[in-house]
Amino acid sequence: MKWSEFFVTGEPLIYAADVAIVLTIIGIVFVLTYFKKWKWLWDEWLTTVDHKKIGIMYIICAVLMLFRGGVDALLMRAQLTAPNMKFLDAQHYNEIFTTHGTIMILFMAMPFIIGLMNVVVPLQIGARDVAYPYLNALSFWLFFFGAMLFNISFVIGGSPDAGWTAYFPLASNEFSPGVGNNYYAVALQISGIGTLMTGINFLVTILKMRAPGMTLMRMPMFTWTVLITCVIIIFAFPVLTVALALMTFDRLFDTQFFTMANGGMSMLWANLFWIWGHPEVYIVILPSFGIFSEIVSTFARKRLFGYKAMVGSIVGIAFLSFIVWVHHFFTMGAGPAVNSFFSITTMAIAIPTGVKVFNWLFTLRKGKIRFTTAMLWALAFIPNFVIGGVTGVMLAMAAADYQYHNSYFLIAHFHYVLIAGTVFACFAGLHYWYPKMFGHLLNERLGKWTFWLFMIGFNVCFFPMYFLGLMGMTRRMYTYSAGLGWTPLNVVATIGAALMGIGFIVLCYNIYYSARYGERDMTGDPWDGRTLEWATASPPAHYNFPITPEVTDLDAYWVMKKNGNGLEVKEEQLKPIHMPSNSGRPFLISIAFFFAGFGLVFKWFTLAIIAAIFIILGLILRSFDDDDGYYISVDEIKRTERLARKGA
Amino acid sequence: MKQEKQRGRKWFAWLPLSLLLLLSGCSENIAVLNPKGPVAKVQYDLIMWSIGFMLLIIAVVFVLFAVVLIRYREKPENADYEPPDEEGNTLLEIVWTAIPIIIVTVLAIPTVKATFALEKPQRHDVEPLTIHVTAANWKWIFSYPDQHIETVNYVNIPEDVPVKFKLTSVGPMNSFWVPELGGQKYAMDGMETQLILQADQPGSYMGRSANFSGKQFTHMEFEVVAQKKEDFEKWVKEVQQTAPKLTKDKYAEILKPGLVGRMTFSNTHLEWVDHAKQNSHHMNNGEHSDHHGNMENDHHEH
Ligand code: HEM
Ligand SMILES: [Cu+2]
Repeated sequence: MKWSEFFVTGEPLIYAADVAIVLTIIGIVFVLTYFKKWKWLWDEWLTTVDHKKIGIMYIICAVLMLFRGGVDALLMRAQLTAPNMKFLDAQHYNEIFTTHGTIMILFMAMPFIIGLMNVVVPLQIGARDVAYPYLNALSFWLFFFGAMLFNISFVIGGSPDAGWTAYFPLASNEFSPGVGNNYYAVALQISGIGTLMTGINFLVTILKMRAPGMTLMRMPMFTWTVLITCVIIIFAFPVLTVALALMTFDRLFDTQFFTMANGGMSMLWANLFWIWGHPEVYIVILPSFGIFSEIVSTFARKRLFGYKAMVGSIVGIAFLSFIVWVHHFFTMGAGPAVNSFFSITTMAIAIPTGVKVFNWLFTLRKGKIRFTTAMLWALAFIPNFVIGGVTGVMLAMAAADYQYHNSYFLIAHFHYVLIAGTVFACFAGLHYWYPKMFGHLLNERLGKWTFWLFMIGFNVCFFPMYFLGLMGMTRRMYTYSAGLGWTPLNVVATIGAALMGIGFIVLCYNIYYSARYGERDMTGDPWDGRTLEWATASPPAHYNFPITPEVTDLDAYWVMKKNGNGLEVKEEQLKPIHMPSNSGRPFLISIAFFFAGFGLVFKWFTLAIIAAIFIILGLILRSFDDDDGYYISVDEIKRTERLARKGA
Repeated sequence: MKQEKQRGRKWFAWLPLSLLLLLSGCSENIAVLNPKGPVAKVQYDLIMWSIGFMLLIIAVVFVLFAVVLIRYREKPENADYEPPDEEGNTLLEIVWTAIPIIIVTVLAIPTVKATFALEKPQRHDVEPLTIHVTAANWKWIFSYPDQHIETVNYVNIPEDVPVKFKLTSVGPMNSFWVPELGGQKYAMDGMETQLILQADQPGSYMGRSANFSGKQFTHMEFEVVAQKKEDFEKWVKEVQQTAPKLTKDKYAEILKPGLVGRMTFSNTHLEWVDHAKQNSHHMNNGEHSDHHGNMENDHHEH
């Protein structure tokens, strides 16, 4: 490898990015040094095992990745605005749609959802932290360094360019030489391990750490969806782990699992990818359903309609999500019987999904609906997601799918479910739980601006794509010719994308504005909430609840408020609280993972081996670690609680 | 509060817009909705059947949604209204489980029928024409084994005759798609898939690869020219008599990654290599061939 190949060269956009990256790093280092914040950064964030701080870090990264993926999207839309545009060349376009897809699903949607999960679930079940706080920190840092590794491909070595699906044989060394797809294989592996551990962690947390009285059928809906999501993660992610490992062998050591020669089987990759990939889309949508359920119920001031049916339908969806993967390649020639089977299983998903939609509608009925920003996102989800869902059913009809597959019709479908489902949920959850995370509300006026710009922009951008698909425009084309009649709809789509971009900018401004001028949340319960996270201060003390709450019904906090007994702190009841200690090891181990991964990407095996030794060393040190946490004294709890109440 | 009402209505704006687009002159442009052959027609009917139900579902949900939002929004008049605590309603929940089940069933039955039907020619009274299709980086090669002719980046077919396209690929996977004639199927290296299409009327139909296959994938377009039977036969004769022979060297050159224009030959590469029956790269198992298939192929039947 020559140095001239090591750094990506020759593109003004790339040089601008290089400069921006260097300036940002210098800026961050300067600010931290000038304000003497290094110690604070280390003590409060890099070593923290507090689920709330970890959740916040996940969300910050997700918003940054949304920015990166969004810039990719705008570049693509710019290129497609008019026929025969010369803004991006084929290679550049291919890299951009690959990184866009990968980043949006794995480094934006997943961490955003996992971030909200981290902040909210322990609070909702009345726990002090997750079951394995140290593991939780490791999960985050693995995700973080996995994401960083993927992102540097852009300036060092070159980005992957075989699509986020990385189909073989295209993704093999023969057709994708260079390190781009090595980054894909290794970076996804590292962050995937983090996700798998998160799945285990939250499964145990929810099963073992609920407050007394909170039976499974008294759990808030969001917690339920997270529980089921964890089960999906635990079954789906090992498939990705294995598939990526085989891909890594193919690319680094010239094995032939998926290549064309020596009995390699490219269809095996497609199957493994989607056996993980389809459940994956449900990993990001089920918690979103949970977020919408919480918000709809809160702002309709009503209990969730058909709670049991809601639980049943998420279990049903989770089960079905594992037996539908072939719908991603009906066109591979598996034969009509196989295609018919997978058509029917796929369409069957619409049944539990339909049940949920009607249950939301009937939660709203007879309610008293308040149109806060969070609620607007949740409400907008319903009609938009229904459009995505019904077109999903159309795609599920194998014989018809031959006409939609890999066209812009498909692009429109999955953006209608992923944006109107997951992204709306992330924004809804962000506005809803923001006061819980930071102690102040996001500005409602700016929030509504974001909402309308983004929601309208989204429809303007993606609705025309259904028609572009039917006109014969296939996905991943970097340009098209003028005579096809595709230009007007493409222009419309680009305008929509720009509106979404503006909406995002308003959101960022809102975060800044609200930090300075936002309304403080003194009560801990700004929305008149129903679940336990609203029973404690905003932001909660690091031990969450001074006294573990007792749960007697669904909507535990709502019932407490009705019966006139919130969580008044009776000082004589306080007991010392046991909390886990901070540790810098998850951060350091993950850095070692980063270097090991970097070594693998460039086949610098010495570096990889040295880094691997550090990883193992970290694990050994952990096994001999007998720090089992510390106690917070009653006096300190009293002091913290008095301070919090004085604020109120 | 009026504002709220308008919000409720805004959701609806998209629905008529879509219908308008669909039904207006634009539909001329919409290849999938302008079937030019029986295969595409089967798919068109299925699509229209499903769109009907989908619009019905959308209408029901949107109306319910708007009614609920308008009636139950918070307003000064209902300041001291306290929503009731309802847990659910078993009867209603059974109803809205049953309705999707029914809809899925009425969609599934024609889907299964069509899925099976598309595997066979749409008419049985004429002998289908077989054409081997080879996708290569980044061009389409069409071989007529019975006529002994080969074309690149365009394919002529007779009208009203089912055409069996035998698909394969040299290298990355592509998808063979001619929207006006019918849906697509993948072309994969070392494998053969079959797609049967048929044109009802003479005309020129756009085809392209629908599956990303690398740098110049966007340019993997081809033209399907459907001709009257006599015209087709005349064309075949002409090609047989006037077109140059395809040599192994020339073929190896065509396979090199890159774009090429249209070409016509009076023999086919199937005479020495069929990529569907072997991996086109790095052969193993003691049988030898160097890169682009110099192996004498004993599979051809003609
Ligand atoms: C009613 C529920 C749904 C049905 C019936 C459905 C059906 C389908 C089908 C059949 C395909 C493959 C089409 C093709 O490749 O030709 C597909 C693709 C896709 N769906 Fe869905 N879907 C549903 C919900 C969702 C949800 C909730 C999400 C994510 C939140 C989602 C995300 C995707 C993605 C990302 C793809 C395309 C992936 C790719 O090829 O890159 N879908 N869906
Ligand atoms: Cu799927």
